[in-house]
Amino acid sequence: MAEGVWVIAEERDGEFRKITYEVVSEGRRLADALGQSVTAVVLGNGMKDKAADLAQYGADKVLVADDARLSPYTTDAYVAVISQLVKNGDPAVLLIGGSVQGKDLAARLSANLGVGMAQDCTGFAAEDGNLVIIRPIYAGKAYAKVTFENSWPQMATSRPNVLSINEPDASRSAEVVDAEFSLDDAALKTKVVDVAKDESGKIDLTEADKIVSGGRGMKGPENYEILEKLADLIGGTVGASRSAVDAGWRPHSDQVGQTGKVVSPNLYIACGISGAIQHLAGMSTSKVIVAINKDPDAPIFQKADYGVVADLFDVVPALTEEIKKYL
Amino acid sequence: MNIIVLLKQVPDTETQIKIAPDGKSIVTDDIKWIMNPYDEFGVEEALRIKEKFGGEVTVVGLGPKRVTESIRTALAMGADKGILITDDALEGSDSLAVAKAITAAVKDLDYDLIFTGQRGIDDDMGVVGASVAELLGIPNISLGIKVEISEDQKTVTVNRPVEGQTLVIESSLPALITAQKGLNEPRYASLPGIMKAKRKPLEEKSLADLGLDASEFGTEARKVKILELTPPPERAAGKIIEGETPQEKAAELARLLHEEAKVL
Ligand SMILES: Cc1cc2nc3c(=O)[nH]c(=O)nc-3n(C[C@H](O)[C@H](O)[C@H](O)COP(=O)(O)OP(=O)(O)OC[C@H]3O[C@@H](n4cnc5c(N)ncnc54)[C@H](O)[C@@H]3O)c2cc1C
Ligand SMILES: Nc1ncnc2c1ncn2[C@@H]1O[C@H](COP(=O)(O)O)[C@@H](O)[C@H]1O
Repeated sequence: MAEGVWVIAEERDGEFRKITYEVVSEGRRLADALGQSVTAVVLGNGMKDKAADLAQYGADKVLVADDARLSPYTTDAYVAVISQLVKNGDPAVLLIGGSVQGKDLAARLSANLGVGMAQDCTGFAAEDGNLVIIRPIYAGKAYAKVTFENSWPQMATSRPNVLSINEPDASRSAEVVDAEFSLDDAALKTKVVDVAKDESGKIDLTEADKIVSGGRGMKGPENYEILEKLADLIGGTVGASRSAVDAGWRPHSDQVGQTGKVVSPNLYIACGISGAIQHLAGMSTSKVIVAINKDPDAPIFQKADYGVVADLFDVVPALTEEIKKYL
Repeated sequence: MNIIVLLKQVPDTETQIKIAPDGKSIVTDDIKWIMNPYDEFGVEEALRIKEKFGGEVTVVGLGPKRVTESIRTALAMGADKGILITDDALEGSDSLAVAKAITAAVKDLDYDLIFTGQRGIDDDMGVVGASVAELLGIPNISLGIKVEISEDQKTVTVNRPVEGQTLVIESSLPALITAQKGLNEPRYASLPGIMKAKRKPLEEKSLADLGLDASEFGTEARKVKILELTPPPERAAGKIIEGETPQEKAAELARLLHEEAKVL
């Protein structure tokens, strides 16, 4: 009988990423509801020393697969190893952080294991011993409540920034175990040949705590500087509407919306964005939404917690100055 | 280079989603159906590779008969032939079942590359591509924004953006790549293209044609079971910030973000 909640840790350059703490914390909450234990699975190269830290967030056991071929991440190596561990360990629930890496892993792993999987979930619960999750579909135009049938482990990824991280508890400890696995070089068909780092140090929109987005109302690429200043001050990232991206003002990777990035920051400030259905779809799970637009009838105001009807070129610099008083 | 492109039909992005009386599906009456926008990037990339190396582009869609229209669009853009997997028993299938049916339809074709969209903008899963690759036993690389085939046509190099970096991945062929915005600008179908598309081969396959057992497909066979669909949570009515001047409004907004919303 499948038992136990497993969570997959995510590392980059030898450090756990924030999403790891999110899934370990959620794994703890689910395990308590199910009356089961939490196993964190760590894949990487030389991660064993850090593994025990996950206990503080709720892991009871940490299973470490250490191999030079497991860092940086590749789909084939990770799927090969985790598939073996899952078949041996037979967990009831398998939770993966829905980062780019996690979603990639979950997609292929679910087919490898032949199980159902729900991607990019925003709510998790245990009902009658089963995992029940909530996930936005149609980019947030509807929400689906789903569960799993005749399928173990019950498997899901979590949208970044949505799950709360447990207060670290230094008194907790976990058993750290070396995982047993084999990895055949012949089965590894992909390799990372280069990593181009974004030197700006900009936090990705999907993981940003605060976003300042600009649309067609920005009038041109040069004007984004006022958004960059505000974003820098509050520790945020600049995003854009599709119109701004299609005009060539901002890179594709900045687009928020149904055909761009789906974001969930604590604070989303939309500047000169009308609020088209495709844009709203990508940011409606933001906790606090601010709209700055000179058109009082712009649809964005219907989604905004705070609306400012005014010229953004006056309001944004003034807001930047005003915020300084509170920091 | 023979290339397969998987094509899903989805509701137009303008669609207001209405939940059906059963509480588990959506009302489809007034929906305008389009090719999944990410699949357009896949079609375009396949055509560019074919233009460079020669070969054939085959478009594969699974769904009701209306999907024919989107396959014809891809043929009008320049793809060579289409396959529509259609069967009443497929209605309501989950990602894994869809991947199984698609795999059965493509496994015996001669292919070097498969393109899919990075995700369907309907179910927002992004699972079918990777699952097909797994079932076929070929590597997959997701979120391609640049795809380069080596001169000897034995390997492919793909740029793949992850948070804060771009990974350059090399893979042997055949491989499956999921397309992300930024990969290319899809062409429009030309009028002669549309005329030609009408005569291009478009084959229909049922589950029986693929040698599959209908009981493994459809709503009943889902492993991911939908309990209920709901409209998005209502957001409480927002506040319009008062003030005589933009400065006053900015000051009031900053205060509210700090004191009331507590996000600063
Ligand atoms: C298939 C498809 C997919 C799409 N996907 C996306 C997507 O993922 N993301 C997305 O964003 N869009 C998407 N769109 C586009 C979407 O429909 C809208 O066209 C787009 O979001 C509009 O961008 P915007 O709000 O910047 O521009 P507009 O709608 O032109 O709005 C500009 C706003 O700026 C305001 N403004 C102008 N000057 C000022 C000023 N000085 N001060 C204050 N306010 C000012 C105006 O009042 C107006 O409300 C998609 C469209 C299609 C067809
Ligand atoms: N029914 C389908 N027919 C053909 N291709 C599909 C189908 N479903 C998914 N795909 C492909 O898989 C991609 C991801 O879809 P999904 O996993 O549903 O988000 C799509 O962009 C398509 O390329």
